[in-house]
Amino acid sequence: MSEFPQDSILVVLTADAEGQLEKPAAELLGGAAEIGSPVALVLAAGSADAAAEKAAELGATATLTAAVTEGNLGTAAVDAVAAAAELTAPDAVLVPNTLDGRDIAGRYAVRSGSAVSVDATGLERDSEGIVAGHSVYGGGYTASSAPTFGAPIVTVRLGAIEARAEAQSANTQALDVADSGKRSAAIDSFEAVVETSSRPELRGAQKVVSGGRGVGSEESFELVGDFADTLGAAVGASRAAVDAGYIAQSHQVGQTGVSVSPQLYVALGISGAIQHKAGMQTSKTIVAVNKDGEAPIFDIADFGVVGDLFKVVPQAIESLNENKS
Amino acid sequence: MIGSVWTRSTDGNQPPVDYETKVSLQLELLHEPKESSLKIAVLVKEVPDTYGDRKLNLETGLADRGASEAVLDEIGERALEVALTQKDSDGDTEVTVISMAPDTATATIRKGLAMGADNAVHVADESLAGADLGLTAEVLAAALRRGEYDLVVTGNVSTDGNGGMIPAMLAEHLDYPHVTGLSTVELADGKVAGTRGVEGGQQQVSAELPAVISITEALPEARFPNFKGIMAAKKKPFEVISLSDLDIDAEDQSVARSIMVTVAEKPPREAGEKVVDEGNGGVELAEYLTKNRLA
Repeated sequence: MSEFPQDSILVVLTADAEGQLEKPAAELLGGAAEIGSPVALVLAAGSADAAAEKAAELGATATLTAAVTEGNLGTAAVDAVAAAAELTAPDAVLVPNTLDGRDIAGRYAVRSGSAVSVDATGLERDSEGIVAGHSVYGGGYTASSAPTFGAPIVTVRLGAIEARAEAQSANTQALDVADSGKRSAAIDSFEAVVETSSRPELRGAQKVVSGGRGVGSEESFELVGDFADTLGAAVGASRAAVDAGYIAQSHQVGQTGVSVSPQLYVALGISGAIQHKAGMQTSKTIVAVNKDGEAPIFDIADFGVVGDLFKVVPQAIESLNENKS
Repeated sequence: MIGSVWTRSTDGNQPPVDYETKVSLQLELLHEPKESSLKIAVLVKEVPDTYGDRKLNLETGLADRGASEAVLDEIGERALEVALTQKDSDGDTEVTVISMAPDTATATIRKGLAMGADNAVHVADESLAGADLGLTAEVLAAALRRGEYDLVVTGNVSTDGNGGMIPAMLAEHLDYPHVTGLSTVELADGKVAGTRGVEGGQQQVSAELPAVISITEALPEARFPNFKGIMAAKKKPFEVISLSDLDIDAEDQSVARSIMVTVAEKPPREAGEKVVDEGNGGVELAEYLTKNRLA
């Protein structure tokens, strides 16, 4: 008899260098609770105590902790997932859809011969098992996928799941992990990108203000940041603005950048090429400011202002600040 | 041979001054015989052009390949550029483009040859229509095993499937290290190294060859095929293989596969309110945001 629930959903989470649980934990555990009993696997290079406690708080009915060697790229984590899955016999394995998450999920799916569903935007359980929902071709289509049999390995898009699980009492155990001896790459060093602003991260942000070619220069891109700060939003950009060097590539929203679906998306000086729309058209509310009244962005905007963004945006900022005070 | 680097000490009890240098040099030579040129495989993919509308067939859930122009995925072209840059510096490097695609994709794959790859392997099989990531990885890994490549280069994510999982899956199949999401790539001394952007920062990573790497669009754009390249491409080896050549059964029911169970087209978003700024546009924008509790 396993001590783990019949409907266990294994959620793979990583603790950062300070031992804190990574951000996607809440949404992954929330999604897991909708389809079964969340069991967290916390991968940590150092102490996993704080992260395990946090996992319970976020809804993990049980938490397994595994020490992963610092500096090992990917394979040690996969060994831990394999050990945790063997122990818990889960109905699904959920992994954040990040670079590391996809690597872990891909390797583990091959190793275990499991079906894999990537970039899920929703999770459901039907009579046959776990079904993952997807948003395809930049939100133009919705689809769902399921395994032919067995537990699927699912990577979950960050910011897509709103459900949150109820806190559970801590129930933590350390996991014994057998080294597979697979060849791996080494992480020789890590340089944290120091957040120079208090702005939210683009991925998973509730509000996003983006600028495009129409912003005109790196200097004037500050206006985009100012509006973002007024709204408490993350800063995004179109590929055209990134290619023109106005802002770093990490801010690119679109087919080849970050996909976002915030409550509010503000497009400033963005024409709305299909490339860009693919990364933002699932936003709840879209607002656009553009000089060109024929710009395709207005076809999908809930509210649009045809005008000079350098007049409209400062006025909007002023007006919003007045309302606040 | 070893004797040729030994020198006799002039001071009977001490090794010659350059003893250490020469010994270590010799050890290196012993461990690493003349570095042979690399065999690099680049995975490329035919995708619907993202500059047009892309369609899914609502009956089958498969990409409607007739609905939009098919192009070589740009990120795959950049991956090829990484390999061709290596070939520029070492002309003996052998670059193979490998693609799993419908048999109509010949012209798209041939573009890789026109850009400068030495040969192409095209896995085409009707039973691969709708292949999931697991089957795709299995097929590509089998195709890669035939070539014993030192380095496999792929894009980080395709613009159509957006999966980004194939590189790690191949690494697991082949027991190669995976070095994914690289924004820089250095190849030297039997190793591949580079910068890997992750949540919260940047890693410097490295792996011994053979290895699988995936690259981001931070790496340079691909060169254009020139006329000479296009003419030369017609004479380069272009191998078309099927699943029976790889000994894979796409319909093997004993393997778990991911299948699409529903597909639906989202109703297009409708345009909402549009105002022309007549001096009050910013205030109207602020009012809209406030009214909808978005400010």
